[in-house]
Amino acid sequence: MFEILFFSFLSVVLIVSSFLVITRVNPISSALYLVIVFLALAGLYGMLSAGFIAAIQILVYAGGILVLIIFVIMIMNLTMQDLLPLKTDYLLLISLSLVILGGSLIPIVLAFSNFFHLRTKEISDGFGSIKEVASILFTKFIFPFEMLSILLLTAIIGALVIAKRKL
Amino acid sequence: MVTPFHYIIVSLIVFSIGILGVLLRKNIFIILMSVELLLNSANLALIAFSRMNADLTGQIFVLFMIAIAAAEVSVGLALVIALYRHKEEINIDILSKLKG
Repeated sequence: MFEILFFSFLSVVLIVSSFLVITRVNPISSALYLVIVFLALAGLYGMLSAGFIAAIQILVYAGGILVLIIFVIMIMNLTMQDLLPLKTDYLLLISLSLVILGGSLIPIVLAFSNFFHLRTKEISDGFGSIKEVASILFTKFIFPFEMLSILLLTAIIGALVIAKRKL
Repeated sequence: MVTPFHYIIVSLIVFSIGILGVLLRKNIFIILMSVELLLNSANLALIAFSRMNADLTGQIFVLFMIAIAAAEVSVGLALVIALYRHKEEINIDILSKLKG
């Protein structure tokens, strides 16, 4: 009972604030609603017994990526002339296309298998804890993990080269 | 009883909202944030399936995806800064030079 209440609260917050993200005129308010989206997602991850991922989600997304986006918006120093307001008839269009998109995606999911009858498997006590995640990450997935560090290094250098005024 | 099915439905709805944000908005920041929404809805589906199968591989995948999203956002914002310096505009309608 408690689980259902918690799940519905988090998903309503998630859906409403992600709708607000794409309809705000000012990108700063969109970014702040995006923080709420990330927090609600972290809550859902926690419900799916992925506590470590939930912590990483808050640390990296809400603490890192969002701060980066907000800093860049502040650097731009945008005026109200730069911001195009969303036309009011767009709101109706958005809601209509949401219904159509959602309505076309849900049958695809239903077609794959009988999701209603799926039951989650029993899990051991430490599922999703740092210890369990690390013991897979540093043995089976050690090579992709190292590749990821090279990717991040490339992204740092690439971002510097692209954004620098003069090389 | 909340089954993985419910999580998949929520993830589908967020995915649709993200697609609409990419398609309908002109502001380049909001397009970037909608791409984040798309990535996050995929993450939610992955974690739901990982819980369903009691297999940690999905969670590892999400960890990788978060790192890749950080790299993508940093390069994307660098591109936005370069663009703003060049054109003084954040509306993507002006980016029509490659149009045939």
